[in-house]
Amino acid sequence: MAMLELENLRVSFPSAEGPVDVVKGISLSLGRERLGIVGESGSGKSLTGRAILKLINRPGVMHADRLEFDGIDLLSQSERQMRHLRGARLSMVMQDPKFSLHPVMRVGDQIAEALRCHERLRRRDVKARVIEMLEKVRINEPEAVARLYPHQISGGMGQRVMIAMMLIPKPDLLIADEPTSALDVSVQATVLDLIDSLVTDNGMGLMLISHDLNLVARYCDRILVMNAGEVVEECAAGQLQQATHPYTQGLLAAVPQMVEDRDELPVLDRSRWSGT
Amino acid sequence: MNALTLEGVNIAYGHTQVVHDVSFSVASGESFALVGESGSGKSTVLKAIAALATGWSGSIEVAGKPRSREHDKAFARQCQMVFQDPYGSLHPRKTIDTILAEPLQVHGLGNRNTRILDMLNAVGLDKRYRFRFPHQLSGGQRQRVAIARALMLEPSIMLLDEPTSALDVSVQAEILNLLKRLRAEQNLTYLMVSHNLPVVGFMCERMAVMQQGRIVEICDTAALRTGEFTSGYTQELYAASGGAG
Amino acid sequence: MNRLQQWLTDESPETRWQANLGRSWRLLRMLMKNPLALLGSLIIIGLILVAAFAPWIAPQSPIGQDLGNRLLPPSSEHFMGTDELGRDIFSRVIHGSRITLLIVALVAIISAPLGLLIGAVSGYFGGWIDKLLMGITDVFLSMPKLILALAFVAALGPGIENAIIAIAITAWPVYARIARAETLTFRQSEFIAATQMLGASNTRIIVRHVLPLCTSSMIVRMTLDMAGIILTAAGLGFLGLGAQPPLPEWGAMISRGRTFILDQWWVATMPGIAIIVVSLGFCFLGDGLRDVLDPRNEGQR
Ligand SMILES: Nc1ncnc2c1ncn2[C@@H]1O[C@H](COP(=O)(O)OP(=O)(O)OP(=O)(O)O)[C@@H](O)[C@H]1O
Ligand SMILES: Nc1ncnc2c1ncn2[C@@H]1O[C@H](COP(=O)(O)OP(=O)(O)OP(=O)(O)O)[C@@H](O)[C@H]1O
Ligand SMILES: [Mg+2]
Ligand SMILES: [Mg+2]
Repeated sequence: MAMLELENLRVSFPSAEGPVDVVKGISLSLGRERLGIVGESGSGKSLTGRAILKLINRPGVMHADRLEFDGIDLLSQSERQMRHLRGARLSMVMQDPKFSLHPVMRVGDQIAEALRCHERLRRRDVKARVIEMLEKVRINEPEAVARLYPHQISGGMGQRVMIAMMLIPKPDLLIADEPTSALDVSVQATVLDLIDSLVTDNGMGLMLISHDLNLVARYCDRILVMNAGEVVEECAAGQLQQATHPYTQGLLAAVPQMVEDRDELPVLDRSRWSGT
Repeated sequence: MNALTLEGVNIAYGHTQVVHDVSFSVASGESFALVGESGSGKSTVLKAIAALATGWSGSIEVAGKPRSREHDKAFARQCQMVFQDPYGSLHPRKTIDTILAEPLQVHGLGNRNTRILDMLNAVGLDKRYRFRFPHQLSGGQRQRVAIARALMLEPSIMLLDEPTSALDVSVQAEILNLLKRLRAEQNLTYLMVSHNLPVVGFMCERMAVMQQGRIVEICDTAALRTGEFTSGYTQELYAASGGAG
Repeated sequence: MNRLQQWLTDESPETRWQANLGRSWRLLRMLMKNPLALLGSLIIIGLILVAAFAPWIAPQSPIGQDLGNRLLPPSSEHFMGTDELGRDIFSRVIHGSRITLLIVALVAIISAPLGLLIGAVSGYFGGWIDKLLMGITDVFLSMPKLILALAFVAALGPGIENAIIAIAITAWPVYARIARAETLTFRQSEFIAATQMLGASNTRIIVRHVLPLCTSSMIVRMTLDMAGIILTAAGLGFLGLGAQPPLPEWGAMISRGRTFILDQWWVATMPGIAIIVVSLGFCFLGDGLRDVLDPRNEGQR
């Protein structure tokens, strides 16, 4: 049975001419597998992720025909029940880590806070778990880093801290929104392998939102391509290179290659599918 | 003449030294990349050049003149920086217009209206965005504003800290094309941080590879075609990036 | 009218001028959509109008005594009755609004910028400057407001100017704390670094970049504090340390009416009602402003 069932999700924002849909009827189901979501900036990827956790802020409004997680109807859950689920069973790595971290709280304390909310542990155990987690996301000198403030860590370390914070309560479903965009490839591989091992060993479900097509193709089983709030194409990860939709082809062409002979990268010609 | 020369530069935050004995030079008009591990001190090197990290020793020369540890207006006209995070580098309560007018006001330059409109045009932003706030723009649009602000003073050297890592491939392509075009038009010097080897190959002529605060290799980006590197770390990075290693 | 509205709400304004007007217009419209905020603004506007036109609105002189008409209950002639010296309470309340407005405005003008500046400087520079400034702030903060004001008035001598100074001196530390906390959250942001790189001076960065980010929480906090300021002023007046007789200050009027509270209730109650209404007005407006100035709402177009 699928762990997450989502039917006809809409998110809209009010504007001078009435509400405007920015997510236009997305349906998906996710088992204990790895689903990738790609698409250009502003296509509604992040909002879809946030909507699943019911984290759409005012003035945005979300609406779905069905939103079920592990048999629980999330739509009818109260805000308090949702808070209980978030973090413990449903987790999300937000897109701009430095924005999502508290600016004047040490990063170690913030991770410990995430752990303590969901498990009762002794002080020393908490500390040990935090350090262990930082090590797992390949942070050198984790004890020292745990004592730093967010502005004292590098961009990529911020992302890893955020990931550590979300993985530490061992969630059932992880929504990772551009989790590794500031990481170099080798650290990126370590972090994604860690997430991957949670999928295979603990049966976690993963929704990986990214603009890095190669990365999604490598780490996911299935890929959804989004454009302007809609899913334009769905394919198995291996078949991404054979994608048929012009939008997907445009995205693929815009990726610079290791052996690059083009003087200028092709940019998307948006007129070709704007009819949709 | 070299636009930038670093000789034996060590950089520390407080008592922790994070960058050790870094030396490289960038010729005028060249595009040079710093690549390497996350947390290896790439941004820190740029910050030291920009006087945003002051705890350095060694010698940094910009256009032949030793670099001071303070911000000064003459340096600002010569060298500007684009930051890693397009979400954090624009003032959240100021319109694009005010943000772009700021450098002109600081330096007492006139003719602001035309300059701002020309610059918006140069970075490919429609003029209807001029009076929007940053949160009403997408990540790629914000990064263009940041680039426009840096170009406003017509500097000859640009420090680019992962200018496209937060952006999707289509916007990345636009920004990279833009940067490449601007360099050709205005004969700019780029010092660019990136962890994406294909991007480096597209944009730069030479690169320095950093690991744990040290430079382990300096080479031509042409080596990306063949994968001939002397350092083990670079080879590892190259292989992990999908290069035929 | 329709064209004007369209011009104001234009998504892509042509000039700076149009953009600013349009933004004010949107804020105003959002504020007006909130019924409590609307009520609050009406009360404050009312207060300002009454204070401006006090001599024309008040039927009688606020200080002219008429011992033959002492302590008359409210009637058609004396709207709110008369006090122990036969003065028309309605006229006194009307004129009292000028004093209240003066106190509120002066305290706001003195304490908010002072607190804002000290907090921003402290948070921006950090280090020993921060320690020194926050040390001073904490000293002031640790003392109860009314008592500190009392001490100042006692030292400076009673009178309305000294009351204003005393209240202003006790009010700024809170603003300094808020401004510093706010400054710390974005002190390390890249937009500050980017401005430093443009060659802007520290003064310019504090004034043009740091302060604007603190002001909206400051405005909200100040409007909410206004009620407290009015009450402190009234308290000082009540204790005989604020405005001196025969000035029609509301607190002082309550204080004098206290003697007759059981038999002639109106003497103390009428100025009391005025205090409550005005305080509530500021509270409502503050709440409304908090919703409107919340940056998350600004995306609403
Ligand atoms: N608070 C808001 N008010 C109005 N529109 C909004 C708001 N938040 C998001 N949007 C709009 O919703 C659309 C989708 O946003 P979303 O953040 O989901 O994009 P995304 O696909 O995650 O893009 P990116 O790759 O840049 O992160 C965008 O066009 C954006 O302009
Ligand atoms: N303000 C600071 N105070 C103390 N330490 C800092 C500060 N800023 C950075 N560091 C430390 O310096 C080291 C290098 O950081 P830097 O930001 O230069 O890395 P980077 O190479 O740019 O990495 P990334 O690719 O992740 O952005 C990190 O270990 C970080 O913790
Ligand atoms: Mg997003
Ligand atoms: Mg960096």
